[in-house]
Amino acid sequence: MITKRIIPCLDVKNGRVVKGVNFEGLADVSSPVELGRYYSDHGADELVFYDITASAEERALFTDVLRQVAATVFIPLTVGGGVNTLADFERVLSSGADKVSVNSGAIRDPSLIERAAKRYGSQCVVLSADVKRVDGVFRIFAKGGRENTGMEAIEWIKRCVANGAGEVVVNSIDTDGVKGGFDLPMLAAVLNAVQVPVIASGGAGSVQHFVELFRQLPTIDAGLAASVFHFGEIPIPTLKQALQQNGIPVRMV
Amino acid sequence: MIAIIDYGVGNLFSLRCSFAAIGQEAVVTGDPAVVAGAERIVLPGVGAFGDAAAKLRATGLDRVVTERAEAGVPVLGICLGMQLLLTESYEFGRHAGLDLINGSVRPIREVIPANFKVPHIGWNALRFPGARHPVFRHVYEGDHVYFVHSFHAADCDPAVIATTEYGALLTAAVAAGNVCGCQFHPEKSGKVGLAVLRGFCEWEG
Repeated sequence: MITKRIIPCLDVKNGRVVKGVNFEGLADVSSPVELGRYYSDHGADELVFYDITASAEERALFTDVLRQVAATVFIPLTVGGGVNTLADFERVLSSGADKVSVNSGAIRDPSLIERAAKRYGSQCVVLSADVKRVDGVFRIFAKGGRENTGMEAIEWIKRCVANGAGEVVVNSIDTDGVKGGFDLPMLAAVLNAVQVPVIASGGAGSVQHFVELFRQLPTIDAGLAASVFHFGEIPIPTLKQALQQNGIPVRMV
Repeated sequence: MIAIIDYGVGNLFSLRCSFAAIGQEAVVTGDPAVVAGAERIVLPGVGAFGDAAAKLRATGLDRVVTERAEAGVPVLGICLGMQLLLTESYEFGRHAGLDLINGSVRPIREVIPANFKVPHIGWNALRFPGARHPVFRHVYEGDHVYFVHSFHAADCDPAVIATTEYGALLTAAVAAGNVCGCQFHPEKSGKVGLAVLRGFCEWEG
């Protein structure tokens, strides 16, 4: 039986992980390599590295770091942030990424997903969608959630999947950072609309929120979070034990 | 020396590093002469079967793999590389494989229920239908490995050495003589994946 995936997301700036904290046995909390290995050893099913730098120099540094991670961490790696062209796909895939997550790049150039899927295969093209309710309608936001594109979210996601996105990360801006649980109604709407794997993001504050996510939405494939993992609020082994006790299939390490 | 065959499909960086992680020297090469001199051959691959088979033939690497396999060199196919070891594929048409293992590559959609998503992406448990094959000597039934695929090896019963359950039993690994292959990605399957590679490196074929 296929297991539900637990995915920590790491923001990387200047080659260092932003928002790291002290874990026992981890010498350098800001090292993407050490933190990546730590999460891999503790049961993360996949890692997302988000490049939050802007300049070309910093981008080259990110690629170096990615190679170091890929050389030592043998679980799937997804890279996002600043992916606007096929050259960006090439740059991160050749540095060890398995999947590439596109967000604003696909909004600016809707043909990007289709061209990337044709060249590299749908399995490595992940649509990341920042979604927020505006007057009761799900809308797609760009630029890190600051700008309302006006596009209706479900239609946009369906279109991107039809163009070749092989997975969808749904980040609810409404629940992000609130730690009150995942946005189950929003996720249900996406699950009803597409046949590809859907990854829930935004709102996880406790182990129970993950249990609710997988119980209420049996077809959701994965749960993604950042700070609750980085600050040690939810240790992944504890989370997976709880999921297993609740009858949710997970990979124990 | 282990030769990881580079024929222009997919990123082989993780694969080379995963052999390094178990202390094995592996070279990524598209040179038929280097492949011919290797003690072990790894045939990787992602993407479409037809394109990949055409590229293997265009480079002459298909003949080298076949010759070395027939000479007894242990061969490991990974993902699409495993599918290429079979007789033929029905992915977007009908394409001939290397025919080192009897069987055909068919859509998993034919065997799984409608409510299961395709591709089959994620970590799933290994099942061993018979005695554990030597390649899996360091792996246990129920260990999880990482899959990403929409097609699998069918009609190859005697060669199936591992399966995984996804609404139906899908082929997870095959072997015949000194040739074996896994549908999952050992280089992306954490410690279990490294254990599979270690088993392959210790296997006499």
